[in-house]
Amino acid sequence: MMKKATVVVRCKGVTKTYGTGSTEVHALNGVDLEIHAGEHMMLVGPSGSGKTTLISIIAGVLGQDHGECSIFDRDFSHMNRYEKTRYRGQNIGFVFQMFNLIPALSAVENVAVPLLIQGVRRREAINRAHEILDRVGLGDRSLSRPEELSGGQQQRIAIARAIIHNPKLIVCDEPTSALDHETGHKIMELLCEIAVGTDRALIVVTHDARIFEFADRIAKMDDGRVTLVTSSFHYLSDKKKN
Amino acid sequence: MFCTIVLNVCFTFHEKAFQGIRTIIIVSRIFWFNPNTKSFEIMNLIALKMLIGNRAKYFGIIIGLMFASLLITQQSAIFMGLMTRTYGFLTDTQLPDIWVMDPMVQYIDDLKPLKETDSLRVRSVEGVAWAVPLYKGLLKARLTNGTFQACHVIGLDDETLIGGPPHILQGQLADLRRSDAIIIDIVGAAGKLATKLPDGKRVPLKIGDTLELNDHRAVVVGICRVQRPFQSQPVIYTTFSRATIFAPRERKLMSFVLVKAKPGQDLCQLCQRISDSTGLAAYTSDEFKNLTVRYFMKYTGIPINFGTTVILGFIVGIAIAGQTFYNFTLDNIRYFGTLKAMGASDRILLRMVLLQAGMVGGIGYGLGVGAASAIGLLSGRTELSFRLPWQLLLVSAAAITLICAASAVLSILKVLRLEPAIVFKNS
Repeated sequence: MMKKATVVVRCKGVTKTYGTGSTEVHALNGVDLEIHAGEHMMLVGPSGSGKTTLISIIAGVLGQDHGECSIFDRDFSHMNRYEKTRYRGQNIGFVFQMFNLIPALSAVENVAVPLLIQGVRRREAINRAHEILDRVGLGDRSLSRPEELSGGQQQRIAIARAIIHNPKLIVCDEPTSALDHETGHKIMELLCEIAVGTDRALIVVTHDARIFEFADRIAKMDDGRVTLVTSSFHYLSDKKKN
Repeated sequence: MFCTIVLNVCFTFHEKAFQGIRTIIIVSRIFWFNPNTKSFEIMNLIALKMLIGNRAKYFGIIIGLMFASLLITQQSAIFMGLMTRTYGFLTDTQLPDIWVMDPMVQYIDDLKPLKETDSLRVRSVEGVAWAVPLYKGLLKARLTNGTFQACHVIGLDDETLIGGPPHILQGQLADLRRSDAIIIDIVGAAGKLATKLPDGKRVPLKIGDTLELNDHRAVVVGICRVQRPFQSQPVIYTTFSRATIFAPRERKLMSFVLVKAKPGQDLCQLCQRISDSTGLAAYTSDEFKNLTVRYFMKYTGIPINFGTTVILGFIVGIAIAGQTFYNFTLDNIRYFGTLKAMGASDRILLRMVLLQAGMVGGIGYGLGVGAASAIGLLSGRTELSFRLPWQLLLVSAAAITLICAASAVLSILKVLRLEPAIVFKNS
């Protein structure tokens, strides 16, 4: 059911073009999208439909050409480089397809990184990281390096890292595509359990149909546009009918 | 572990050179063990962990910088050693303030004899406390086995023996007043002038032994230690009058006039007065050293040869260490992007890259300078000329800093221009 809550992400007429002249590619052609607090939104669509470009703009790691895209009514395009970095660090958590855990750091250190970047003292950051690792079920692997962990365990650590600083928005890029079905399912259960809250939103970019059921709403993208926004129930029902 | 052992060994060789590395290690330890260290410093720790974590590249960069540092330091030290040898005799002869010579003399072994009366003319110049003649020449010594060896023969003023060797190991300088007396340097006595036995062993020349100098008998009355000459020939001291007997007959035989200024005299002005009065060239010891070095720098290929090696060392540093460091940054670009996406500012990333460059630079420099120092120590008793003044350590440090800076600049540009959106590129 659609919740009438605070708007976390509001995109209006967002466009993005890569390259110039003959190599010009229109990645986004006027995207309109709203995501509310407490909502788990999935961006789905074929490769090249603009999913990753859209979450890059939403997460403030890429600038749009035109249109507005705000997080809690603050548009990254109106911020300078430093403000953008700071705002992103405080308000957004990331989960990546290939985990992006720093190989030289232990699990607990990797989880603590967002807090350390924000200036939290090491002891406090590490203690908090231990707590979060316990929540994702890896309390006993806190000193392991990423290379010593399975893909599922690495993604759990990445999720722990994404939520340790209590961000208002968590963006996940294909969080299950590097994992087998069972592990992917567990990761999504974990994400829904600990990453979704009444005061924050979760955006997952995926083309893994097996995890669509976890979403509150699904935004389908095609050719740089959001062509459909519906509940996961309706989306899956329509898909079965077709 | 291995690195620690090497570092400790190197510390013993050249502690000063490693003070910088010690500081880095101490600071790193503080980062490591202090749980209340501030986040900015923790990011530095993460930078070091990232660096050390990629061991192949870490050691590759350090080895590249070590060889660059070793080449630059060692070759420069040998060059300095060679240049020092060119004026070694001047270093040994410290008593006179001024050296007077023919105006056409270009360096210390460019001997253009003076008339003996020139020393008297020099003595008459106002401000001169004393002036004594000195003979310097290259004469052939005939050894007991019949072979010949060219030797530097120094003829000292008969009355004062001014200009004698700085360190007499056996005998006394005054023994030169004995008949046919000579004092020889210990390296020559044990080396080129030593008697070679049939079994190949060398018996050093000792007090009481004789040799022939230009068909004249010479008796060893003392052994001294002097700076090695540029061409490593043995050095023989004797009196001026005896040296002129040993030397082939020439009209003029005095090589230099050694001058001591009266107290309070301005040496440059005194040199000028001597030149004006006698028409001869007069240089202070330092000026004469510079004249000699300038000659060797200008008219021999030595600076070019060593300069080429030093430049090669620099290029090796840039090519190997610089490229490896840049590749290391490229390997980690995804993680730098991740940190950037998670809110790490450009300043934090800049410090991380600079710290990584500084760390490998410090260790590479330390190991290279340590190895160069070790080579210098081990070659102390060989023919290798080696002089490593502290200034050379600074030059070497500057070169390594430049290499690291060049490497870091490329990496920094890469990191600063990095779009954090790279984190969503799944390759």
